[in-house]
Amino acid sequence: MKSIRIIDSTLRDGMHAVSHQFTPEQMAMIAGKLDEAGVDTVEVGHGDGLGGSSFQYGFSKATEEQYLKAVSEALTKTKLAVLLIPGIGTVEDLEVAMEYGVKTVRVATHVTEADAGEQHIKFAKKSGLEAIGFLMMSHMAPPEKVLEQAKLFESYGADTVYITDSAGAMLPHDVRARIGLVSKELSVPIGFHAHNNLGLAVGNTLTAIEAGAASVDGTVCGLGAGSGNSQLEALIAVLNKGGYNTGADLYKLMDLSKEVEGLMHRPQTINSDSLAIGYAGAYGSFLLHSRRAAEKFGVDAREILLELGRRKTVGGQEDMIIDVAIELAKAKSSK
Amino acid sequence: MEQRKLRAAIIGPGNIGIDLMMKIRRSKVLELVLMAGIVSGSQGLKMAEESGIATTTRGIDGVIEFGDLDIAFDATGANPHMKHAPLLKQAGIFAVDLTPAAVGPYIVPAVNMDSQLLTAHNVNMVTCGGQATVPIVNAINQVTPVEYAEIVATLSSLSAGPGTRQNIDEFTQTTRNALIKVGGAQDAKAIIILNPADPPIMMRNTIYTKCDTAKIADIIKAVEDMTRKVQQYAPGYKLKVSPYADGDKVVTVVEVEGAGDYLPKYSGNLDIITSAAVTVAERYAKLKHEGAM
Repeated sequence: MKSIRIIDSTLRDGMHAVSHQFTPEQMAMIAGKLDEAGVDTVEVGHGDGLGGSSFQYGFSKATEEQYLKAVSEALTKTKLAVLLIPGIGTVEDLEVAMEYGVKTVRVATHVTEADAGEQHIKFAKKSGLEAIGFLMMSHMAPPEKVLEQAKLFESYGADTVYITDSAGAMLPHDVRARIGLVSKELSVPIGFHAHNNLGLAVGNTLTAIEAGAASVDGTVCGLGAGSGNSQLEALIAVLNKGGYNTGADLYKLMDLSKEVEGLMHRPQTINSDSLAIGYAGAYGSFLLHSRRAAEKFGVDAREILLELGRRKTVGGQEDMIIDVAIELAKAKSSK
Repeated sequence: MEQRKLRAAIIGPGNIGIDLMMKIRRSKVLELVLMAGIVSGSQGLKMAEESGIATTTRGIDGVIEFGDLDIAFDATGANPHMKHAPLLKQAGIFAVDLTPAAVGPYIVPAVNMDSQLLTAHNVNMVTCGGQATVPIVNAINQVTPVEYAEIVATLSSLSAGPGTRQNIDEFTQTTRNALIKVGGAQDAKAIIILNPADPPIMMRNTIYTKCDTAKIADIIKAVEDMTRKVQQYAPGYKLKVSPYADGDKVVTVVEVEGAGDYLPKYSGNLDIITSAAVTVAERYAKLKHEGAM
């Protein structure tokens, strides 16, 4: 029976869905139950990773240290991971995280910019951490380019390389082409991180595994940016039926999902705005920021998102939303 | 009396060094006499030779031996500059440091030029993001105290060379420090984003300042005045979104188009730091001529 590693991102990507407002106590409760359910790794922090708490992305309820302390005390077997986006977080931030027992760091760059993560991967390896290269917005580059960038991460010493569908814009054949090529050419394990904007998250994750992925992400209740991630309970049910071993207990995760439901700010659905993100290929966390800008400047959030996709914006460019909203408002008033 | 041109050298004949060369050659008060590198036959050294400028492939040693120099622009990297700085000081050569080494004080021409030039023998040009955003924070801080400044600099991938990419942490840290020390903010954060879109995007900077937003009318005026000051040396510097109040913060967006000297126009990020460096050197020449130091 093939084993698949599960990385839960409820407490990191899921933070986008609650505007980064989980409390350390809520995180500790969820992390403790994920540990009990046998999930391999949990990723914790602001939705935009270390250093993400900001005007640009929204301030989180508590500090990184508070979250990491609370979660690390709740874990017994499950590994603790953080996300670091070079340009937002730094090695200094990672050093602080290491004091709280972080064992894994995912270094996330845009799919064409892996070299911006060289210093962080190398630092992590030198410090005895597990380092994962994480290529965001992978739908924007053809498979050969994704391979070139994945090889860069491998050359810096990454233990695993992730192909990430940050916009939830990939169809199964896009996933198969990228994961198939990269897992054939690299010697390290390949991972896949899905978003559900087109309703394909669990299906795409299964496709990724069939194409060679050995590590996949999920979140309880599907909590995450845009329409959310691959819903962990559903994913584990699918993988159980498919004959894969994940080490995770389905019923315990189902029980946890009922508790997480009570903490959600809104149902995690595919609505017209998040669907527009998947359709346009825009970054998932633009969703709530675009809704606020749409309201402030009197324009349609979908139009903002489609325009952001046309302009080939990348992850983290939340400030472009303002520009686009102002321009759309001007165009509207001159009509 | 006509002002004697100060004799200048450039260390580091890469993209920045070549762009500096083209700008210095237009200067009325600076004369470029030496281009120093370490790789013979590099593009920058070739271009310097073709323009009749002396070159050396012996790096800093070649500069010190050349003698009779007033100013050196260092466009290498942070580690090399740490070695160069004491040697330049010993030789009595004023150093304009374009690396993140920050041996000397930060200098942003529109904000703190003269106060540093009169005392320092080595000045640091911060980062491109710092040159673009510190003036705005400083302008707002003149109106009302800035409790926290946060900037997001978005650069086209093509304009971010290996130096920026391998030192991305130093970029964010140096920019943050300058927002506090020169901009006047009590606390600060800097974010950098690389965007690979084709055609390449202009350098774009969003500046969030936490302050008394009731003073927005005065803030707008101060920011417009400051923008004109920066435009005197970086004409492609433009207020893209005029300051507006949003909750407890003021949001401002500036865009920087380059002069297109050597680097393409979308490299406004590189242009604003080379323009600022030449402006600093020219001011140094003027102050020296006037006997102010």
